[in-house]
Amino acid sequence: MAKKFAKPRSMKDVATHYCPGCGHGLIHRLVCEVIDELGVREDTIAIAPVGCAVLAYDYWDFDTMEAAHGRTPAVATAVKRVHPDKLVFTYQGDGDLAAIGTAEIIHTGSRGENLSVIFVNNGVYGMTGGQMAPTTLLGQTTATSLFTRRAEKEGFPLKVLEMMAVLPGVVYLERTSVHSPKEILNAKRAIKKSFQTQLDKKGFSMVEIVSPCPTYWGLSPVKSMERIEKEVVKEYPLGVVKDVGLVSS
Amino acid sequence: MKTKYLSTGNEACGEGAVRAGCRFYAGYPITPQNELTAYMSRRMEEENGVFIQAESELAAISMVHGASAAGARAMTSSSSPGISLKQEGISYMAGCELPAVIINVMRGGPGLGNISPAQSDYFQATKGGGHGDYRLPVLAPASVQEMFDFTYKAFELADKYRNPVMILADGMLGQMMEPLEFDGDIKPPAEVEKPWAMTGAKGREARSVKSLFLGDNALEKHNEKLQEKYRRIVEAETRCETYKTEDAEMILVAYGTVSRTARACVDRLAQKGVKAGLIRPITLWPFPYGEISRLAKKGLKFLVVEMSAGQMVEDVRLAVQDDERVFFHGRTGGGIPEKEAIVSMVEKVV
Amino acid sequence: MAKKTVKMRIDSERCKGCVLCVGVCPVKALEVSSEVNERGVQPVILKHPEKCTGCGLCALMCPDCAIEIDEGEGEG
Repeated sequence: MAKKFAKPRSMKDVATHYCPGCGHGLIHRLVCEVIDELGVREDTIAIAPVGCAVLAYDYWDFDTMEAAHGRTPAVATAVKRVHPDKLVFTYQGDGDLAAIGTAEIIHTGSRGENLSVIFVNNGVYGMTGGQMAPTTLLGQTTATSLFTRRAEKEGFPLKVLEMMAVLPGVVYLERTSVHSPKEILNAKRAIKKSFQTQLDKKGFSMVEIVSPCPTYWGLSPVKSMERIEKEVVKEYPLGVVKDVGLVSS
Repeated sequence: MKTKYLSTGNEACGEGAVRAGCRFYAGYPITPQNELTAYMSRRMEEENGVFIQAESELAAISMVHGASAAGARAMTSSSSPGISLKQEGISYMAGCELPAVIINVMRGGPGLGNISPAQSDYFQATKGGGHGDYRLPVLAPASVQEMFDFTYKAFELADKYRNPVMILADGMLGQMMEPLEFDGDIKPPAEVEKPWAMTGAKGREARSVKSLFLGDNALEKHNEKLQEKYRRIVEAETRCETYKTEDAEMILVAYGTVSRTARACVDRLAQKGVKAGLIRPITLWPFPYGEISRLAKKGLKFLVVEMSAGQMVEDVRLAVQDDERVFFHGRTGGGIPEKEAIVSMVEKVV
Repeated sequence: MAKKTVKMRIDSERCKGCVLCVGVCPVKALEVSSEVNERGVQPVILKHPEKCTGCGLCALMCPDCAIEIDEGEGEG
């Protein structure tokens, strides 16, 4: 009997702390499946964020380190410069990347660092209790936007990929989601393309993955996926934001 | 074969790092240490190392964090306001037990302050400017030669104890020029095993470099391990220099460039028949409490001289344990203590 | 062509009861169990194994790697 579907080798065989239906579990698995398929587990160094996914090193069976909140791309820059032949990627939430780490992500892209960024956009700060994030939608209620997010007071949701697209050093940007099997497969393809871009030494690439946070969206996992499909993708349209066409697939 | 150069302190510090095997530097422009950043941008290129001018000091210290975690000898340099921005990163490196060297070429503060020399970051450097119970060996050079020697030594200490190490200099020391001499084929300190480094889990278990310990009293155990390391550093690495202290009636205590003025005062006082001595702390942490309290037992008086409102003086008081006998003369905001003022204060007090 | 046999298993302890798999199963073979696992959660179970074609959509959708699918020729 051949194994058709099982836990990827790069994923440790442990239960995760993530809430039921959390997108991190899915995305962790996709990253590991891609690393298995590319056969690079032993040459991978990942930088985890401060946020729900800080414990990624408990789940990934490859070298993983922490960074101070928001500084993940700076740490990754140095690791990649010291080990140019390793696959180096950051895994960051919207607070880590789009709030405190905005300068780091922009300058890492602007320097065209040859590394990959996995950007999990779930619209809130999960670890700290569901606060408003730069990616919180207008009209969305959170622990710190109790009267919903209003443009005139809380400003507008930030579109990081679109901002990064103007940087010459950035070669591939795609926004994907995990709200259905089709989107999950598409997200996996994008992650693989980003890692391949790096392995081919083409420059900086980033995959944004719109992800559910049932606990702080106050919805069931199934309803959270529906919310992505109906609402989130309107503000954060899925698809390729930039692709200078250096990599096949 | 020793070669002699005429060098600024900043550049001597850079060369000391290069000779110590530093092959990763991340910095950010800030006076009065810019010569060091510029120097490293050239030397890292020449030595096939990595030079990055980061987007901020926050990014720079995190780059050093990453390079060190990847196993490289890494350094950053800045001046007072920039070092304030790096405190969180330094605390992370202490928590992760990451070796690295951080240079602070101090300037007048607080706030934007000015670009004149100062010593007003003593507390920040020695009492821990970041969060958590951590310690940082802090070396205080007083000459361009020591900027080279102490930076070289800092890399050795960093790897020996798996800990960040700080060089605490000041704008004068950084930008003035003096002869510098070193052996042309000086070797870097011996490489140390880094079984914790991020290199890719080929043929071994996956590793993680982290400072998060959530399990019950896991962080407490980790802190106990760190405190044990700090005790070993205090035991083995405390250093100070004494000058004419044995038969002195009064002891001057000063570090860095101010210790040179103090030394000149000791000689001047000798001419005037006043027997004064000088203790110059070389490691500000670990602080040479022992040497000071040994002299204090002779009932001597102490005059602490600093380019600050008085910070190291508190450690001297701790060592002497008698406030009556500890006096202070300092200038703030970039002011430099003058010989005449020190000499007349000693004459008044002795 | 020998009949393809499929074996699909849900690790009922690893399952957190998020129920994301149930909705995507094209043949509605999955249901929430009335039992409760160690975690205090009602896990999803393969209620109708005979319907399962081994397509893997459920495994694709599972955030906790709780679903494994084996496939083989002849008797499973």
